[in-house]
Amino acid sequence: MKPIIETRNLEKTYIMGDVRVNALRGVDLTVQPGEMAAIIGASGSGKSTLMNLLGCLDSPTSGEYLLEGHRVSRLAADAYADIRNEKIGFVFQGFNLLARTTALENVELPLLYDRKKRIPDPLGEAEKALRRVGLGDRLDHEPNRLSGGEQQRVAIARALVNRPSLLLADEPTGNLDTRTSMEIMALFQELNDQGLTVVLVTHEPDIANCAKRIIEMRDGQVRSDRPVKDRIEAPRPSAGANRGKAGRTA
Amino acid sequence: MNLQFRNLVKVSMKGILKNRMRSFLTSLGIIIGVAAVIVMVGVGQGASQRIQSSIASMGTNLLIVFPGSSQAGGVNRGAGSWNRFTMDDADRIREQCRLISAVSPVVRSGDQIIGGGNNWNTSIYGVTPDYFTIRTWTCEQGELFTDRDVASSRKVAVLGKTTAETLFPGQNPVGERIRIRNTPFIVTGVLKRKGQTAMGPDQDDVVLAPATTVLYRLKGGRYVDMLNASAASMEQMAEAQEELRTVLRAAHRLRAGDDDDFTIRSQAEITEMATSTTKTMTLLLGAIAAVSLLVGGIGIMNIMLVSVTERTREIGIRMSVGARGRDVMMQFLTEAVVLSLTGGLIGILLAFLVSLVMNRFTSMQAVIRPDIVMLAFGFAGAVGIFFGLHPARKAAGLNPIEALRYE
Repeated sequence: MKPIIETRNLEKTYIMGDVRVNALRGVDLTVQPGEMAAIIGASGSGKSTLMNLLGCLDSPTSGEYLLEGHRVSRLAADAYADIRNEKIGFVFQGFNLLARTTALENVELPLLYDRKKRIPDPLGEAEKALRRVGLGDRLDHEPNRLSGGEQQRVAIARALVNRPSLLLADEPTGNLDTRTSMEIMALFQELNDQGLTVVLVTHEPDIANCAKRIIEMRDGQVRSDRPVKDRIEAPRPSAGANRGKAGRTA
Repeated sequence: MNLQFRNLVKVSMKGILKNRMRSFLTSLGIIIGVAAVIVMVGVGQGASQRIQSSIASMGTNLLIVFPGSSQAGGVNRGAGSWNRFTMDDADRIREQCRLISAVSPVVRSGDQIIGGGNNWNTSIYGVTPDYFTIRTWTCEQGELFTDRDVASSRKVAVLGKTTAETLFPGQNPVGERIRIRNTPFIVTGVLKRKGQTAMGPDQDDVVLAPATTVLYRLKGGRYVDMLNASAASMEQMAEAQEELRTVLRAAHRLRAGDDDDFTIRSQAEITEMATSTTKTMTLLLGAIAAVSLLVGGIGIMNIMLVSVTERTREIGIRMSVGARGRDVMMQFLTEAVVLSLTGGLIGILLAFLVSLVMNRFTSMQAVIRPDIVMLAFGFAGAVGIFFGLHPARKAAGLNPIEALRYE
């Protein structure tokens, strides 16, 4: 089976004024379909930079990145936009939902840029995605009426709506309390069980241990890469039990 | 276009409606600009139409012949040689010009007239009955004088409405006696009101009497001041003018190469002069209004720039889910254009409203020209594109990672 992610000697150097910052210094990484990997590391270790490269938000300075076997390092901006639209779902720490826009419309957003019309019924698909994350009764809620956990669910639904082959999450529980974090992790595990490849960045050991594999970064390189032995199975609430009670974020 | 047009409008409309107040204030510049252009040009147009209709009231196919050459050419003709028309000139034109349907000498005089126990200083014109045809004068009371009155220099007169009302307020002046410079005249009729001319003077403040009477009994001279003539048809004004010129030159025994000792003005020329003035005025008003439209456009650019900065994160989100730079650019450009076109539409409505109020409650008349409405609307759209482009490109050029990080 072709790996979803394959990087060879990936490097990223930022030039800030006269200072060159080597954020990534040769990363070799392979992620197979159906994996759930957590990238951990101290701040400044390059994990966010790696995430941006994997998510095609940025291009590497050198090295190769193959996504589903296709070389995607150093493409034009438009080509990156298309890959983000078709193959990748991205979940952020700060949710990044559009304000004063309903959950349904937020989730529909990627499909507005679905140039190839892969998905014929955007609104129906958006509604399906929201039901999948347990928010079937919050379709017309705007973000300011949703709890932090619910907002992150909307963001996850948005990441799912374009039927991506890879779900990337950058500190998805960073703005959530412990209990809500576990609920979100349960959702990720559930999606992973359904076959979706998940890669997430975190600095919390408990969150990392929800994954099947932990990749530790240090100084722009992979320091260790190991499978999780005692995987935490986040408690899966029955559908509907987790709505509206999760802690709100400031 | 990558983003489907329907989606584009949907996304842009959402952007606009999320900030209703600000969107309205942004459009306000365009609203006022478009309304100003339409109303200002309309006012100019109204003035122009009013002047044209008042020129038309001067007479039909009118030709006015003034004595004296407009280009004296260095030749000093001496005093008196300026006034070169006689009653014979008018007769000759009447006999020889086939393209002239009516001609009348005009002997101008002005004096204090006394009648009905009042007195009044007014213009006295000595004319022949053709003058009534040329100038489209009709009688309201009594009757006009005739060619026989002219032939026998009878002391009769018709009064303009203003003169009649001043001398004989509330009375019928027909058959009454008035005195001009101690000469008694019998009033045979009162002319129907014509109102003011384009240039201002009251056309009804006048006394018309037979040319011969005024010339021989009041002024005591040989020469008439000018000739009024009517061309037989509007289409042949130019030919009629040329024919009149030839006949007058022959009558004045001018040799080839001599300058004309008279000037012919046609009504068409007068109309042209007046309209060129109002055209300039209209253009000026329109230009001033167009400037306000331009300022409205700058307002749009200002707000769009603020909006791009404010919505940096939104742009980052859109890019992270697959929007291309071009999609973002089109979104902001469409917002700018929708704002300006909506403003344009409201501006058109406002213009109709203002001109309606103006026409009803003020003496100014605004005539709305469809071409100007279209032009102003198109200009508003162009302003939207022009001033929306810069902010839109700025938005499209954002780096998605930095845009997402923007607080």
